[in-house]
Amino acid sequence: MSDLKTGPGVDLDEFIEETISIYPAKVAKKRRGHMLVRDGGQEGLNQTINANARSVPGIITQRGCCYAGCKGVVIGPYGDMVHITHGPVGCGFYSWMTRRNLFRPGPDKKNYSQYCFSTDMQEHDIIFGGEKKLKQAIREAYETFRPNAISVHATCPVGLIGDDVAAVAREAEKELGVKVLAFNCEGYKGVSQSAGHHIANNRLFSDVVGTKDQAVEGYSVNVLGEYNIGGDAWEIERVLEKCGIKVAATFSGDGKYETMTYAHMASLNLVMCHRSINYLAEMMETKYGIPWAKVNFIGIRAMSKSLRKIAAFFDDPELTSRIEQVIAEEEKLALDGIAPYRARLEGKTAMLFVGGSRAHHYQDLLRDLGMIPVAAGYEFAHRDDYEGRQALKDIKLDADSRNIEELKVNPDPDRYRPRLSPEKLEQLEKDKVLKSYDGMLPDMPQGTLVVDDISHVELERLILTLKPDLLLSGIKDKYIIEKFGVPSKQLHNYDYSGPFAGYRGAVNFAGEIDMMINNPAWKLVSNPFKRKPLLQAGLGTDQ
Amino acid sequence: MTTRQALRVNPAKTCQPIGAMYAALGINRCLPHSHGSQGCCSYHRSHLTRHYKEPVMASTSSFTEGASVFGGSPNLRQSLKTIFQVYDPDVVAVHTTCLSETIGDDIPTIVKKAADDGIVPEGKWVIHASTPSYVGSHVTGFSNMVKGMASYFTRESSVKHKDQVNILPGYVEPSDMREIKGMVSEMGLKPLVFPDTSDVLDTPKTGEYHMYPRGGITVPDLMKTGSSLHTMALGQFSSLDAASYMDHKANVPFTLVDIPIGVKATDRFLQGIMDATGAEPTGSMLDDRGRLVDMMTDYQHYLYGKKVALWGDPDQVISLAEFLVSMGMKPVYLVTGTPGKVFEKRLTSITSDGNFEPVIAQNQDLFYLHQLIKNEPVDLLMGNTYGKYIARAEDIPFVRYGFPILDRAGHSYFPSVGYRGGMHLLSTIVNTILDRMDRDAPEERFELVL
Ligand code: SF4
Ligand code: SF4
Repeated sequence: MSDLKTGPGVDLDEFIEETISIYPAKVAKKRRGHMLVRDGGQEGLNQTINANARSVPGIITQRGCCYAGCKGVVIGPYGDMVHITHGPVGCGFYSWMTRRNLFRPGPDKKNYSQYCFSTDMQEHDIIFGGEKKLKQAIREAYETFRPNAISVHATCPVGLIGDDVAAVAREAEKELGVKVLAFNCEGYKGVSQSAGHHIANNRLFSDVVGTKDQAVEGYSVNVLGEYNIGGDAWEIERVLEKCGIKVAATFSGDGKYETMTYAHMASLNLVMCHRSINYLAEMMETKYGIPWAKVNFIGIRAMSKSLRKIAAFFDDPELTSRIEQVIAEEEKLALDGIAPYRARLEGKTAMLFVGGSRAHHYQDLLRDLGMIPVAAGYEFAHRDDYEGRQALKDIKLDADSRNIEELKVNPDPDRYRPRLSPEKLEQLEKDKVLKSYDGMLPDMPQGTLVVDDISHVELERLILTLKPDLLLSGIKDKYIIEKFGVPSKQLHNYDYSGPFAGYRGAVNFAGEIDMMINNPAWKLVSNPFKRKPLLQAGLGTDQ
Repeated sequence: MTTRQALRVNPAKTCQPIGAMYAALGINRCLPHSHGSQGCCSYHRSHLTRHYKEPVMASTSSFTEGASVFGGSPNLRQSLKTIFQVYDPDVVAVHTTCLSETIGDDIPTIVKKAADDGIVPEGKWVIHASTPSYVGSHVTGFSNMVKGMASYFTRESSVKHKDQVNILPGYVEPSDMREIKGMVSEMGLKPLVFPDTSDVLDTPKTGEYHMYPRGGITVPDLMKTGSSLHTMALGQFSSLDAASYMDHKANVPFTLVDIPIGVKATDRFLQGIMDATGAEPTGSMLDDRGRLVDMMTDYQHYLYGKKVALWGDPDQVISLAEFLVSMGMKPVYLVTGTPGKVFEKRLTSITSDGNFEPVIAQNQDLFYLHQLIKNEPVDLLMGNTYGKYIARAEDIPFVRYGFPILDRAGHSYFPSVGYRGGMHLLSTIVNTILDRMDRDAPEERFELVL
């Protein structure tokens, strides 16, 4: 039994059964495993969900591809690099600035973020191979733009015809004297963007991180899995700096190539989007001894909680008191800021179907606003993002994941440096400050619904049945949802606003959501013209 | 200027499937299906959605590594099964991606087998177009899908209805398709417009969502196309193939004209219809024409001699350039990403008596255009959203035109074809120039009356 506003009359288990009954039998069986009704928020009560499995062909899904995860999400934001898409023109074209990962150039003023680079392969290249063209394209890119580094991303046909992009990159690197990173992120790899995140992480780890030993001073952190959509990273940095914490490198929002090279010198890795970047955090821990903490900078209380994790890690009374001071000050401003909106949003329901972390992160922010998340799910997460990292031991590699390389990582003989004493480390792990992520499920109360890789029909039925006040999703869904009269915000790219992270971001978000839900225009949606009674209108000819 | 042989920088085109997907949406109760890995479909839907701010539905064969090696036939069969059971469209319009093309999946054979095995329900259609992304551009994909519609639906017919014409509107906005349909109807004819994305990609908000909106040409109407007296094909790149196919197959002669942007092209469009059917433009259409010409002369002092850089889809650039030239403007740079020598030929003749030396380039990109502008600037930019970087860098006024427009409103609601569309387009151009004059005016030249 649900204790939610949507509860009366809606039996979610029944809803699930009815929904999957629309599908052909085999598909129904598959989809069943991707849905669950939370039967309790209490610890120890484990529920499992199927995730990171293939989408059924023919099903209208939200998902994209490996290339989108690699170039589009993780690598694209490095604005001082030139990113060349090796393939026909489309893939590069569509990932051209569409995620709104903002970039501010460094002192060298290098900024290529507004450009789209592609080898625009033609039939001839497909038949005879595109390696020569790629090599030449890299040369031309370097000669024209002199970027700090170059990346090369393989698309579907490239993998198929067997172009050796890694070899071309190696040669070009030798010839030009600039770093050239090759990514075999062909779209068909894995089952979603997720494969591309992993591939991106691997290359950054093996070829970039740790290539320059430059000391970073003070309380230093790297921010991982923050993509600076709408300026999020800048708000996070503002708060961290106010606390006296230095951000050594961001992976990858507003990222600079060089900062990655010495990121291994920082003290702590903060992991925002667990899905897209937990690989890098783990590998850096093993090789360099940098511990990582899962944080969430979305939401007022979530932000404060994350700052306290950082305080616990550095464990310096002076820093801790400064952090507490910042929290007190900023929380007050933010709570005051959202108060007028909260009054209007309290009790409204929301659903979130997006990404591989945001569907979880934003629940904290919605709760800050007094709103109730009633259903949520990820587009391309794995089980650990739902069930917490304890699920990792149960996840069996399937054929689609086995093709993504797992790097073998050992401690670096010269650069491994433990940041804490073993006892302290153990304590912090036990306190779930470090190396811990409980996933989305524990945060979702009894009677809420979780749907992995939601499909169009499922979404449509959910809207009709649960009638949410707000649905947070992506561009492909937004206008579908809004035709129903339900406002929808894109959480991948924020509908052209932001930042939403941190304290000021929370206030921004509150204003945006208030505007969306309470905009008087929505009241105009339904037909205003009452039909006149037949008797008056007609001449009685129908009798 | 650096010459590049291998690197495309800021393309002025994109890949075939998105055009095919757009065209397929112009059939009533049709679900476009992308045969390849799901990323392409996701990208194409996203991009169309950004342009139209409307739901864009399409399914995908969701290839993973296995399908890429062993072929996508099982994926397509499974897709069709699921699609018909879950989404119940009348037509599934399959297009290939570069992946399934490279593998060499033979769509007609797979579909035929699926139909034989009962996977395609009675009375339902699966049509297809081959759209490899390493050939042509999104315009080619559009053209291929339109041809696909003709080849699957057009029936030979000995009866020709003298008031029925096929209209292939070309790769234009829903508003343009509506306007074209309206003009032809106003002449007392029954137009079979395909594709027709009006009432599909500009649907009203009523609180209800319909996966298959009211608009789009219906299958019965498509099947009547063989009994039309004539076909008007608008735009060589986007409509010629389908028109000549129908001519061959069903003996429906066609007239190829430009997309009717501006007075001259609209005149030729209507003349073509007159010649073929005897129907005449109405008085109110002639009034519209007169009003457009009136505007062109009323505002000539803001337009005459102005240098313009124009880029986009070849059919659109050709017509638009002619419109600008007819107002005494100088489209000095004319660039398209779509390959095709006809582009250069047509524009050379259009600009030949314009008293200026244009640079005309097919298969080029916006970085090239930017370099041209840096060498010799222009007064106005006209093209899709991606030109905004040039506009900002060079501080040049910019009218968004073409596909895609991701950052301005109105393009899918207000037509730019026909006389009425011309008025709208012209007012946008003039107002953009006037806004700039106001912005740049020193205090003593800041005037109330312009
Ligand atoms: S893989 Fe091919 S079809 Fe897909 S988006 Fe890229 S260019 Fe277009
Ligand atoms: S969860 Fe969000 S930030 Fe993370 S990869 Fe996904 S869309 Fe991106």
